[in-house]
Amino acid sequence: MSSVPFFVAVNTFRESVRDRVLYNLIFFALLMMAAAVFVGQISIGIERLVIVNLGLSAISLLGLVMSVFIGVGLVSKEIERRTLYSILAKPVRRWEFLAGKYLGLLLTLAINTALMTLGLFLALLYVNRTIARADAPILQAVYFILLEFALVTALALFFSCFSTPMLSTLYTLGIYVAGLFASDLRDAGALSSSGAVKAITSVLYYALPNFSNFNVIGAAAHGDAIPFSLVWQNTAYAGIYILALLLAASAVFSNRNLK
Amino acid sequence: MSTPAIEFEALTKDYAFGFWRKRTRRALDSLTFQVREGEVFGFLGPNGAGKTTTLKLLMGLIFPTSGTARIRGRSIDDVEMHREIGFLPEQPYFYDYLTARELLDYSARFFKFTETDRRERVTKFLERVGLSAAADVQLRRFSKGMLQRVGIAQAILHDPQVIFLDEPTSGLDPVGRREVREIILDLQRQGRTVFFSTHILPDAEVLCDRVAVLVGGKLQGVGTLQEIVSIEVQAMEVLFELPAGRSVPTALAGHVTPSGGAYRLDVPEAELYDAISQLRAAEAQILSVTQLKPTLEDYFFKLVGRETAPSYAVEVAHK
Repeated sequence: MSSVPFFVAVNTFRESVRDRVLYNLIFFALLMMAAAVFVGQISIGIERLVIVNLGLSAISLLGLVMSVFIGVGLVSKEIERRTLYSILAKPVRRWEFLAGKYLGLLLTLAINTALMTLGLFLALLYVNRTIARADAPILQAVYFILLEFALVTALALFFSCFSTPMLSTLYTLGIYVAGLFASDLRDAGALSSSGAVKAITSVLYYALPNFSNFNVIGAAAHGDAIPFSLVWQNTAYAGIYILALLLAASAVFSNRNLK
Repeated sequence: MSTPAIEFEALTKDYAFGFWRKRTRRALDSLTFQVREGEVFGFLGPNGAGKTTTLKLLMGLIFPTSGTARIRGRSIDDVEMHREIGFLPEQPYFYDYLTARELLDYSARFFKFTETDRRERVTKFLERVGLSAAADVQLRRFSKGMLQRVGIAQAILHDPQVIFLDEPTSGLDPVGRREVREIILDLQRQGRTVFFSTHILPDAEVLCDRVAVLVGGKLQGVGTLQEIVSIEVQAMEVLFELPAGRSVPTALAGHVTPSGGAYRLDVPEAELYDAISQLRAAEAQILSVTQLKPTLEDYFFKLVGRETAPSYAVEVAHK
């Protein structure tokens, strides 16, 4: 097993830390938690619901912004600044570099999310004076949010291997939004009398990453148990999708002329 | 016969351009030559000649349209071959959030050194390029010369056999240039092969065993600098001052021009001693005597002027 992706990942993580990406977001997350506590206090009887909803939504939104905006720059920034040249002149294969950049951002997102989750639990502790077993689905929801980040980052990385950062951002956000409504798209197609429309919407449903599968924030806020079958299904779904995207990104990047 | 350090075999690179990318521009045209082991080899050419394209092809950053190249007998497609080479890109830019020590440590990690060896190497090479005092300063605070030096350190800290330097002295002050030259000569003494691109003639004159000259993507010749550029002394320049009341000797008047309070005389080399005798007779104080040689720029200009196509690249028809 090559250790090159590990070295690149650690350096990518170090870049995020030195660029104070984490610090800004942690500050913002703490601000969100403070707001959650405030809203909780004025929402008599449903403090927990409001705090979990707001907290998880903030974690999801902030991580998503990081995934897209840092993800599209993972490769393009290295090419633009030519920092990549001296790295690829060493015994480093392009796929190893790509894998390292991906893992580095994932590590950054995971730590960022972990810290924000800690903030959410502290807010819950502040309101409820205890952490109950019914809060366990929050961790499952956070895990799904992380899977979502991993998928979005893979999309951003894939596009950044052959497109400009601006276009990559548009493509990634476009697919993310379309993916959120993938099920609606299929349902809409089913209502159509046209066979062609049905076929197209069906293909799109299977081709687009179905991001709505990962959203269990509502259930976690209500303290509803999330079935383990969904955990396995989402893990496998995200894993296969990410692997396919990374393989495609690697194939494109390995044949690209770095001007 | 030993394996050449670098072999080019009809190496060609076309760049596609235009909206549909159907037209191509030839940046490098059938480059064929060899560099011997242990040579300091200068790759000369004006800006846009194809020097950086060649180095990028060798490093696997871009891919050839046709032809091939080998380094120490191994294909440039072989990533493992990169263990034997070092590379300094043109105007290097490294991760500016890292310190010099961290950058070298990161670079060393791609080679199979033990942790102790890695640390010792980083310290040794920081010292070698004169950056020990700035070892723990972030690169964003480095000057261009310091970046160039850390760039050289990352290129050589794994003791590569062949070192590629893209314009290593470009943009450096005289002290920085001398330091880089010293490093290159030191590498030569250790038996390494150094292949460097430059458009600065004095660097090539001081350092190179042989050179290749590239213009408009085409190889103009390979050999010693003397053979290739035919550097001959064109004239001698004499700077002198005259005491008050004395004038320039009549025989020399047509070759003398005032120069910042002194005078400048340009004469053919064969007439130098006669001219100096005349100046002495006129009680002139001779400040300096300098050989006037054509510059590399003059040589490039001559070659470019000879080309019918633009010097930077030759557009070729798409089939």
